[in-house]
Amino acid sequence: MSTTFAPTADANLVEVRNVKHVYGKGGGGAGLLVLEDVDLTLRPNEIVGLLGRSGSGKSTLLRAISGLIRPTSGTVLVQDMPGDDTAHGVAMVFQSFALFPWLTVLQNVELGLEARGVPADERRTRALAAIDLIGLDGFENAYPKELSGGMRQRVGLARALVVQPSILLMDEPFSALDVLTAETLRTDLLDLWVEGRMPIRSILMVTHNIEEAVLMCDRILVFSSNPGRVIAEIKVDLPQPRKRLDPAFRALVDDIYARMTARTAAQPVRDGAFPGLGLGMALPIISTNTLAGMIEALAAAPNDGKAELPVLASELMLEADELLPIAETLQLMRFAEIEGRMIRLTPVGRRYAVAEVDARKQLFAQQLLAYVPLAAHIRRVLDDRASRQAPARRFRDELEDFMSEDYAEETLDAVITWGRYAEVFAFHEDADRFSLEDPG
Amino acid sequence: MTFLQPDRMNAGLLIRYARRRFAPNRADIIALLLIAGAAVLVTQAARTMGRPLTGLNVAPISLNPINLPMYAALTTLRMFAALACSLLFTFVVATLAAKSKKAELVIVPALDILQSVPVLGFLTFTVTFFMGLFPGNEMGVEAAAIFAIFTAQAWNMAFSFYQSLKTLPEDLDEAARQFGLSPWQRFWKLELPFATPALVWNTMMSMSGSWFFIVASEAITVGKTTVALPGIGAWLSVANERGDGWAVLWAVITMGVVIIIYDQLLFRPIVAWADKFRAEQTASQDPPRSWFYDVIKRMRLLPRLVQPMTVALGRLPAPQAPRIRLPEINNPAIARGLDWLWLAVVIGMALWGGWAVVIFVTRTLTLGDAVQVFGLGALTLARVLILIAVASVIWVPIGVWIGLRPIWAERVQPVAQFFAAFPANVLFPAVVGVIVALHADPNIWLSPLMILGTQWYILFNVIAGAAAIPNDLKEAASMFHVRSWQWWRTVALPSIFPYYITGALTASGGSWNASIVAEVVTWRHQNIEAAGLGSYIADATSAGDYPKVALGIAVMSIFVILLNRTLWRPLYGFAARRLHL
Repeated sequence: MSTTFAPTADANLVEVRNVKHVYGKGGGGAGLLVLEDVDLTLRPNEIVGLLGRSGSGKSTLLRAISGLIRPTSGTVLVQDMPGDDTAHGVAMVFQSFALFPWLTVLQNVELGLEARGVPADERRTRALAAIDLIGLDGFENAYPKELSGGMRQRVGLARALVVQPSILLMDEPFSALDVLTAETLRTDLLDLWVEGRMPIRSILMVTHNIEEAVLMCDRILVFSSNPGRVIAEIKVDLPQPRKRLDPAFRALVDDIYARMTARTAAQPVRDGAFPGLGLGMALPIISTNTLAGMIEALAAAPNDGKAELPVLASELMLEADELLPIAETLQLMRFAEIEGRMIRLTPVGRRYAVAEVDARKQLFAQQLLAYVPLAAHIRRVLDDRASRQAPARRFRDELEDFMSEDYAEETLDAVITWGRYAEVFAFHEDADRFSLEDPG
Repeated sequence: MTFLQPDRMNAGLLIRYARRRFAPNRADIIALLLIAGAAVLVTQAARTMGRPLTGLNVAPISLNPINLPMYAALTTLRMFAALACSLLFTFVVATLAAKSKKAELVIVPALDILQSVPVLGFLTFTVTFFMGLFPGNEMGVEAAAIFAIFTAQAWNMAFSFYQSLKTLPEDLDEAARQFGLSPWQRFWKLELPFATPALVWNTMMSMSGSWFFIVASEAITVGKTTVALPGIGAWLSVANERGDGWAVLWAVITMGVVIIIYDQLLFRPIVAWADKFRAEQTASQDPPRSWFYDVIKRMRLLPRLVQPMTVALGRLPAPQAPRIRLPEINNPAIARGLDWLWLAVVIGMALWGGWAVVIFVTRTLTLGDAVQVFGLGALTLARVLILIAVASVIWVPIGVWIGLRPIWAERVQPVAQFFAAFPANVLFPAVVGVIVALHADPNIWLSPLMILGTQWYILFNVIAGAAAIPNDLKEAASMFHVRSWQWWRTVALPSIFPYYITGALTASGGSWNASIVAEVVTWRHQNIEAAGLGSYIADATSAGDYPKVALGIAVMSIFVILLNRTLWRPLYGFAARRLHL
């Protein structure tokens, strides 16, 4: 039932070999490794999904294939041509739609044709045909700001299809849409694809939504994050149209969840969930309310202290890439443990769940100082100083020895949020200083 | 610095009700008449400009009101000629700065300094150059005047365009690259449209700013050279010399009419049209409107006449700039070396320039002069700061009061903007008459003139800020009975602060510029003078003492830059960081 692995005479549409990409300055430690040793093959007649969390470099890979960026090393071949030379074989659909607000729907769709010097009459005919195909008739003269999100993304699709690319690249095309609109658009796109009405040979899409990937793709490449690597390749053999409630569908979604957290289980070092060690650990900004909410949800019935991550995700209505950083932060502070796709509260976590506000803060402070090295470090510096004050600049500089400026900022912000909640130190935004003063 | 548009609610309010009165077909006639009239005026004016220089002496400025329309047309023509140059300058220089790191290194600081150099400074040094360019022809003086107006317009426009280019939305940039737009297509489809709203606003501000120097640039006196170009500026200068109050009044009325005409017929339609270029994906709540824009949109005949032209233009082959592919430097060490080399060259040139100025100035001046000029600068600085403070105390409460009442705001806002555009210096002589009559101390009473024209920036920005206070904040404040001083401290002042800073910054820059014309005023062959850097430069200019002018201008630039860096920029940063809603 799979068309994917049928041996075909056709050449591969895209071949990516050993691609590595570093953002920022190469050489020194300041660069951020986003892709490492990535291989990918796109064959004719398939939809391939790149699935991963934010920071897994999947969008970067898509941009390397589209020719928007050139990877630091490795080769990208699109229809046997170098990747940065392929404006003609690929077209891209953007997460934010990327429509020109000052051009009408028709002018937006004509954009790519005009760039290629297609004569005005032919441009018009072809654009109208694409608009018709994608279900936008009647909106030709509208400006993007007059359209709903779903209609805007249809314009984005029509604009990509009208240049008749062999390969359609889609960068999280439905993630800026509400659930219902996204579902309609997915179904419409799949219908067009199955009926062969689009002038394309294959689709490569980036997503962080596991169900979306299972729903649409023939093959899914699962990426790890920091740095992005392909950690699994999963063939989806379910017949179209696929049903979300089909047990086989659910089993596959669960399986992918397990694989996305697999690295955590494979590595006994618990701190390893976040890149870097000790002070150099890059932390995500997660609100303490979110952490508390997750602990409570885990402690409450029917979970009773442990849950499967996919189940928890659908219970809390979170996407995998939203849920996992929260779970991993809990694990870092030993409020919970992750094993495979199970997450389980530790005794401290259980105590936190039933405690009052002040007791919660004390528990949080204790775990924060014990397991988040940066928080402990800031506190130690403040304790040592007679003034009980220290400029934030100093810690930012220290962090920048380990990571890029943006990550340093984010990590410091995360620790500030947690430290303020736990009342282990105060931070003054105006003066950009930490202090030990207790506002009482 | 570029000017931020405080709001768009005021566009075309004055004559909004007039929109429905024009039937579609009459619209064509109106537009055609206007265009024809403009064409006649332009040809007439152009013929005048090409006259030999002796013509100026044969036909001196006559204070007969019959001549005023012609003078007004000539002045406006000069301003638009300068505007065309400014736009060209903007597109070339700002694009260069945004695209090339090496050019950016030179252009951005240069623009920053140029916009703090008083406009008259450019005039003093260039008039002889331009007169030499067209010997014996009026065109040379015209070019000098147009150049002076250009220097009052270009810098903030270029800055605005540069900033737009540097903040292009990333997704649109990627889409443009992914679909393979050529640089030419990219400019027209992405860069220019995105930059348009800010550029239009800055162009309007530039026009307002350049009115201020019309008098100075049309009646040029540098040492022994005195030339008066026919125009409103020269008319005013003659009227002031003779002390003819009626002539001044006539000129004021004419200027008002001219400003209203080009505002209604040119800028408002452009603002209304430019609204579609705002990059937000949501439709604006209160789109700017213009009756004349509606007239244009309703025309039936004109679009048909214009269409063949636009089609023909579209068919023109895009200028295919030869794609120069410089050999890519893959070795980071060499690339960095080249960057350092370039930096060294730039610094070297700058040092050489500074040295040249020092040599030029020290030929006749001593260190004592420099100390004296810095002292005068401190005097003018004190004036500027005190005046801004006084104007703030007056206009902030009034502006907040107006801004909270939408009906009033809608009425007052265009008037405030009109006053900001109006060259306040035409009223100076009248004030001087009063000072002379009362034997008041010019050191104090000449000062308010500096802010006469620029205080309106504070007013209309504060109005815009108060009008933008979110309703929920106002409701919360009234629910908790937050009143009087607490209300000002917690609601009003923080909300308007970012707007106020924009206004005060503009007013401060304008006041420095104005000091040159405000600290020395002539009325009926009488010179009244206040001690300060402005009067120092003005006196040196009329004496033709170039080293003194150079010294004065350099010192003033230093003062303006220091004030911007130490006061306004930090406040701006604070406003953006803490008080952004």
